Amino acid sequence: MTKCLIISMEEWAEKKNKEKIIVEKINLKIGEFTCVEPISLINTFNAAVLGSWLDSSEITVETIPFEGKCSKCNRSYYPKQENGYKSPCCNFNLEEIISGRELKIASIDFKEK
Amino acid sequence: MHLPISDKIELNILHQNSHQAEKNKVKFNNYNLLCLNIMSSPGAGKTRLLEITLEDLSTEFQSAVLEGDMTTNLDAARLEKLNIPVVPITTGRACHLDANMVSGGFKLLEKKINPCILDILLVENVGNLVCPAEFEIGEHFKVALLSITEGEDKPLKYPIMFREADLILITKVDLLPHLNFDINELKSNISSTNPKADVIEISSITKSGFDLWQKWISEKILKFKK
Repeated sequence: MTKCLIISMEEWAEKKNKEKIIVEKINLKIGEFTCVEPISLINTFNAAVLGSWLDSSEITVETIPFEGKCSKCNRSYYPKQENGYKSPCCNFNLEEIISGRELKIASIDFKEK
Repeated sequence: MHLPISDKIELNILHQNSHQAEKNKVKFNNYNLLCLNIMSSPGAGKTRLLEITLEDLSTEFQSAVLEGDMTTNLDAARLEKLNIPVVPITTGRACHLDANMVSGGFKLLEKKINPCILDILLVENVGNLVCPAEFEIGEHFKVALLSITEGEDKPLKYPIMFREADLILITKVDLLPHLNFDINELKSNISSTNPKADVIEISSITKSGFDLWQKWISEKILKFKK
């Protein structure tokens, strides 16, 4: 995942003239229902970019809640593992996920040298 | 020094992988080749499943395998004995196959044989219930194995894997009489995580369930080729 993030940053920087910018913040949106643990991503990213053009950049993470929709009554709810992800309103299995699968670079804050 | 600029890009971190996966899928489609991504924890029985499946399929369909493994070619060597084209993909430190690895593996397969003769490409992913679930490889269907020795709770503990799967194979069911295992609880946990998944109970020892699994594959191949 860290590699994918760095590749995405490299692709973005190709359009910006990497030599002339300093990336200050990489603002991520990470869903709760993904395989990514934000602190681990931050730690591995910091280690991977040491000495590179991204060395001084900081990652911020906005956690996107895991939200589902009850297919019986259409109410949205926050699925819980201890409840088998079932809807609390109708005790229905989780069919539709509204949010929580996000793995995004929302924005990049940078300065021109 | 200028003032900071905020570039709002809303870019999927995995977009490069998704893009390559889409290219892989287009390639498979051009060859009229159905691709299954076979995933599970280590030791759930992926390679044994493939050994039996490839033999059973051989009367009706032409198959090939891309065999993902972190450090060895042991599984690939087992499957090569069946005289089918197998390409090992050693991932090194990576705990999953990604779309680029599969693209590279498929290019090697193209050097071995003409994929036009194939009906199905089986990709055995690295044994892991976490990362493979997030990385598309260009597959048409995801198949997740779960052996009963792993416990009833695994669909709840690794929900992404079992949520993403199109088919869940419950393996090693011949061990049921010897274990304190509640298969109904497992099925309930699967339904909670992924109510739309097909579920088949299977045993590589007694071969129970293999008829249903073969039927599932045959139907997918024939539907795909229409």
